[in-house]
Formats: sequence, structure tokens, C-alpha cells
Amino acid sequence: MTMATVQTPPKISAQGVNVFYGDTHAVDNVSLDLYQDEVTALIGPSGCGKSTFLRCLNRMNDTIADCRVSGQILLDDEDIYASQIDVVQLRARVGMVFQKPNPFPKSIYDNVAYGPRIHGLADTREDLDEIVAVSLEKAGLWDEVKDRLDHLGTTLSGGQQQRLCIARAIAIDPEVILMDEPCSALDPIATAKVEALIEELKGGYAIILVTHSMQQAARISQKTAFFHLGQLIEFGDTTQIFTSPTSGRTRDYITGRLV
Amino acid sequence: MTSHILKSYDQELDELKTMVSQMGGLAEEQLDKAMRALHSCDFDLVDEVVASDVQLDQMERDVEQLSMTMFARRAPLADDLREIVAAIKMTTLIERMGDHAKNIGKRARDMALEGPFTVPPLLDSMANEAKMMVSNVIDAYVRRDADAAVDVWEHDEHLDSLHSAASRDILSRMMDAPETMNFMTHHLMIAKNLERIGDQATNVAELVHYAITGRELDQRNTTSAPSITDDA
Repeated sequence: MTMATVQTPPKISAQGVNVFYGDTHAVDNVSLDLYQDEVTALIGPSGCGKSTFLRCLNRMNDTIADCRVSGQILLDDEDIYASQIDVVQLRARVGMVFQKPNPFPKSIYDNVAYGPRIHGLADTREDLDEIVAVSLEKAGLWDEVKDRLDHLGTTLSGGQQQRLCIARAIAIDPEVILMDEPCSALDPIATAKVEALIEELKGGYAIILVTHSMQQAARISQKTAFFHLGQLIEFGDTTQIFTSPTSGRTRDYITGRLV
Repeated sequence: MTSHILKSYDQELDELKTMVSQMGGLAEEQLDKAMRALHSCDFDLVDEVVASDVQLDQMERDVEQLSMTMFARRAPLADDLREIVAAIKMTTLIERMGDHAKNIGKRARDMALEGPFTVPPLLDSMANEAKMMVSNVIDAYVRRDADAAVDVWEHDEHLDSLHSAASRDILSRMMDAPETMNFMTHHLMIAKNLERIGDQATNVAELVHYAITGRELDQRNTTSAPSITDDA
């Protein structure tokens, strides 16, 4: 008897994506499938296009005046660059966590409640309280802040602020979370807590992580994509990429040789 | 393959490689001395073989120590990771080769003390084959030559055939002259030692192939084309 293999469709499918900043070709014909329940790490030297590509996935590049995107990015088979797409709704489905923790200058509670409020996700104060508590719990921060929800988010430590930002991102129930070097400003303990959080979250979301830390990519991602000079050089299982990459350029980059 | 940006990383990898290849050379020399001791009944040579074994044990520990340091300090990946893991495993195998050579040396002394004996020619053939495998696999490692590692790996079959022939020959001599049973038992055990050295050289060949190509060398896959696609 043979078992049929069920191929899960990708959550996000990028097909022939090009990004230009004016005359600069920042992302060059990148095609990449990203799956639910997986962490995908995007690695590569500075200026290789990985963050630019990441920002295409929820149209953050729309805010840059001379930025032009071509190709297709499908979220559940729907082109996110189609004219009828509501970008605010898109960013609710595809949340983002940035390199530097950027809590609003508001209370811890309001930082998390902000998104659900503007997206109308809570009918009552009790509903909102529930969303805030659950989001902070998922972000592993509840026990540390439950007695001071009215304190400013900016008073938390760097690592706590980053987990607050993750709580803020998941409060609006996204399907995809984009993370742009989320631990680069954190110490090893705070980094470990955020990585533990990413591991726990991966079951419910597609997580795409830009990182300069090879060890971080190796620790928490299931798939890894290596970018160089705007091109996707290699994409595969993380274990394979970090033990036996098929591209010499991937090998040279991850082993600390000049690419 | 280009150099690491951190030169000290390359220096450590070179040091590791030198230590492993020196171990291989020492094991090969130890086997050569053990076989010469067998023919000449030279107890000084036996002492040298036993002393080499102590040296191999120390070198194995040195390689382990350097590898641990590199894991901790360099967090090696890809080719570097395979290189270091292979080095640790290779030194264990080479140290075992040394154990077998030492056993041959000790048997040479035991037999010499029992009286005169003749070494069956097939034991020499086996020893030459085993020495060649050890030498070639260390060369393959130093030159990063996956094809040469495959050659060594494929050679094991020949040594196994020689082992079967040697065992049959020794048993036949034992039946023809039962009074030589003690010597022949020693010879059988020496044949087994030589066969095991060949097995270990074969296992080293698998590690060398894996370190170079990133692919396992087994019955289903004997090709050795490099896995890297866009090297300069």
C-alpha cells in the first residue's frame, strides 16, 4: 500500500518578483514559496535584497516614493498587488516586527489594544481585555507585565519591548508574521526568549525572518533562503543549507568567506 | 574554495588537518613496524609500536580538544562543520588502527618467545594492501580528493578477499601440522587485525568523501562529483 503525499499549498507564493529603487535593481526575479506552520529565514549580506523582499510581502515598500515592484506575490492565491486589495487589511493579515523594538508611547495595554481597536476586533471592553491578555500570554510577557499594564511600554527592557511588539502584531490575529532582524538589538537571554516565542508561534503562522545571525537561522527556521546581489541563490531545508549547501556562494557566506 | 575572512580560523583548520594527517602517517608507520617486527622478531621494534599507540591516543585527545574549541569559538557551518566532525571521527578510527597494529606487534613478541616460525605470505599481501589503503586515504584527505577516497573505499573488497584466502591458507597449514596450532592461531588473529585496519581505512574514506562533497558514500551512491554548483 502506498501513502499519498498531500502537498500543502503555500501561504505566500512569490513569482518572478523584481524590486527597483529608481534605477537600482534591488530584488532580481525572485520566486519563493512560503508555508504556513514554518519559519523561513532570509539570510545574506547587507544590501542583498532580503529586507526589501520581506517588505514586499505586506507592501511596506509602497511608502517609498521611487520603489517599483513587478512580478506576483500571492497570499492564499490572491495577488496582494492587485488594485482591489485593501493594504490596511493586508497588513492586518501580514504583520511585521522590526529590528528595533518600537512600542508606541502608550501604556502596555494600549500598545496591544491599538490594533484590535482600529480593526474593530472587540465589541466590548471584556473582549479587548481578553485579546490583550491572550496576546501577551502568547508573547510570553503576561506574567512579567500583568500587574503594570498601565505602565508605558517604553519603560520595559529591550527584550520585553520586542516581545510587546510581537504581542501587538499577533493581537490582530495575523496569518503571516514578518520579522526583520528582531533580535539584533537584544542580549543573548532576551534573544533566547524571542526565539523560544518564535518556536511556539510557528504552529499558527507563517513566519518569515530576516537575520544576520547564521546560528539564529539554524536554530529556529525550517527553511532558509540565501540572497546575494538581489538574487535568490539557494532555498532549501535549513539543515541541508547549513551542512551541505549546493551553492558555493551560500557556502562562502555562511562559513565566513568572501562571497 | 576561498579563505576565511578570519585568518585564524583557516589556521586552526589547517592545524586540525595536519594533526589528523600526522595521525594517519603514524598509524601507517606503526603497521609497517609491526609487520617488520613479525618478520625480524625485533623486540625494540615492538616497543616502538607500543609507544606509537600511546602517542596516537594523545593525538586523538588533542584533536578532540581543538575540535571542541573550534565548535565553541567558531560555530562552524557547512564545509567547515563537516571537516571538523569528520576529523573527530577519523581520529577515532585511526586510533583503532593503531590498536590493531599494536596487537600485531605484541603477537610478534609472543610468537618470538615461543620459537621460530614462518609468516604466511598472504599475511604480507594483506599488510601491504592495508598499508596502501591507509596511505591513500590520508592522501585523499590532504588533497581533498573525493575520487581517491572512493578508490580506497572500493579497495576494501580486495582486502576482504585476501583475508578469506589467508584464513583458508592458515587453517589448512594448521591441519597439515597440528603442532603449529599456537602460531597459526596468532596468524589468524593477525589476519583479522589487518582486515579490521582495512575496514577502518574504508570508514575513513567515507568520512573524507562526506567532508568534501557533503554526500554519504554508500552502496547506492558511489559518485563523487562535488555537490557545490557554482564554485569559481
